[in-house]
Amino acid sequence: MRAAVGIDIGSTCAKTAVLDGEQNLVTSFVMPTGWSSVDTAEAIRRRLAEEGFDTAALPCVATGYGRVAVPYADKTVTEITCHGLGALRLFGEPDCAVVDIGGQDTKIIRLSGGAVADFLMNDKCSAGTGRFLEVMASTLGIGPDELCALSGRGGGTSISSLCTVFAESEVTGLIGCGTPKENIAFAVVDSIAEKVASQFRRLESTEGGVYLTGGLCGSPELLAALSRKLGRPVRTCPQARYAGAIGAACRALTIQKSEESV
Amino acid sequence: MTQALPQQFEQFSEARRAGFLRAKQIKENGGRIAGTFCTFTPSEILDAAGFVSVSLCGTSGETIPAAEAHLPKNLCPLIKSSYGFAVSDKCPYTYFSDLIIGETTCDGKKKMYELLGDLKKVYTLHLPQGTDHDYALEMWLWELRRFIAFLEREYGVSVTPEKLRAAAVARNEERRARCGLMELQKLSPPPMRGHQLFKALEGAGFRFSHDEVVSSLTTLTRDVRAAYDRGERPFPDGVRRILVTGCPIGGVLDKTVGVLEEQGGAVVCFENCSGIKAACRMVDTDAEDILTAIAERYLRIGCPVMTPNPIRAEHLTQLAREYRADGVVEIVLPSCQPYGVESRQIRRLCGELGLPCLQLETDYSPADAGQLTTRLSAFLEML
Repeated sequence: MRAAVGIDIGSTCAKTAVLDGEQNLVTSFVMPTGWSSVDTAEAIRRRLAEEGFDTAALPCVATGYGRVAVPYADKTVTEITCHGLGALRLFGEPDCAVVDIGGQDTKIIRLSGGAVADFLMNDKCSAGTGRFLEVMASTLGIGPDELCALSGRGGGTSISSLCTVFAESEVTGLIGCGTPKENIAFAVVDSIAEKVASQFRRLESTEGGVYLTGGLCGSPELLAALSRKLGRPVRTCPQARYAGAIGAACRALTIQKSEESV
Repeated sequence: MTQALPQQFEQFSEARRAGFLRAKQIKENGGRIAGTFCTFTPSEILDAAGFVSVSLCGTSGETIPAAEAHLPKNLCPLIKSSYGFAVSDKCPYTYFSDLIIGETTCDGKKKMYELLGDLKKVYTLHLPQGTDHDYALEMWLWELRRFIAFLEREYGVSVTPEKLRAAAVARNEERRARCGLMELQKLSPPPMRGHQLFKALEGAGFRFSHDEVVSSLTTLTRDVRAAYDRGERPFPDGVRRILVTGCPIGGVLDKTVGVLEEQGGAVVCFENCSGIKAACRMVDTDAEDILTAIAERYLRIGCPVMTPNPIRAEHLTQLAREYRADGVVEIVLPSCQPYGVESRQIRRLCGELGLPCLQLETDYSPADAGQLTTRLSAFLEML
């Protein structure tokens, strides 16, 4: 079977996707990145082997900040290009905007004619990223998913600090005042959406649909908050978490694995 | 026998290091050294007054902690680094300088010069806020005359029109030598790594002797061209050609230009201060009044400290065409308001020119090296 492997080693999670020759998603899985990207890459290789995919034979592209730590990858491509390709494969809209909220980076990507035409990334700051959510969730003593779910029932509270460290003290203060947890959760999700939206507005001429990729696409609360801030619907799909890996696999499908190595 | 190119390029970096001894020698022989910060400094006047000029522009993060004892933290790294060198006595050039020339360019710099005045003798030239008001040139001329009067009074020298004209001829020659080297990058593929080119231009400023600057640059230009004609190519055909613009980048060169070229791009032109902007315009040495000609030359520098600043946009448009740029990378230092705000106009300009544009904000610390690499790689993948 003709197939290709895409591996996206992010700061928090490592995503893997295998596509067949027609770009159908054959398998996908996620695991924590952990301390060592090299160990993660090896764990992915074993898992793929168990599922019957030989990384020595199949073309493979690695992306994400740990992309250089995948020894069996034929090529490394940045996560910006891969999220663009992945979003194109998932949503099929060649002219659109892609918002990827990652563990430590948030990227706004503009696709034109199916290719990346422009992009913006957050600066050295975790506001509006998955890390911000994780830190706030841990301050509240809950998990990130739980925080997002809880936020749907809250309202009427806001966090003004964009800095994660300051925002953490602000949340601690709110807890001290007896603010209901769901209201704090609402404020956290709202803060992420606002930061992402303000970054989005810096990118000019973003016509067409807006699509969310990355680890937070499973949160309807965040999607709603972001749509509200941008004044236009933000869409996603369950596989969008794998957009980077899917994009990498799309790219890998174009690689001809050299014959002599077989 | 001419030297191999890598050695020649290396010599420019060596010149910078060896410059310390030269500066000491100059002082011991009774010479005077003027430390400068900006391309607006009218070198011809310092030359005519018998000063040797040297750039004190801080490009290292090493002295920033010392500076932060006096200056706000959220100030641009260039200002902090420069001041830090002076306050910690770590820069021999600052140490040897008899006089430091400042300009009222950005607010951070002009206020820093006041503090620097406690440590060293500083003369701050007042620039007009823009060049479009009809008295701008007249005002700048007053400033230059005032500066000359100061030098004559303070140091007992005489700055005559003849000396100014001779200095302008020499400085033009040096500018042409710099341009000659830079213009080689119009070749396709370009014959030099942008990183090498930048280092050579930077190092040339530390040779102190006009003849040496000109001859070393001319020799390098000739040899780079000869190597190219022999078929030597640092880049493959079809390499992506990048035009770099923005703040002075001496302190962030490796993690921007260096990484960009490691990732497979080629910097064909630097519009920045140490690059083409500072060298491309000549003084009209046949002009009736040489001081007016000098004043006019410097006012045509397209820096965002001027409001409005149409010259930069015109120049970038011309450079993008001449150097056949595939993309523009703008590098802005944090807390640089003139460049930071003008970024929006540059982004719009690139849109009009149909050129992809990547705007990076980065300081002298290595903290964001990973992110910068991703952005630069993604930009190249996009082209």
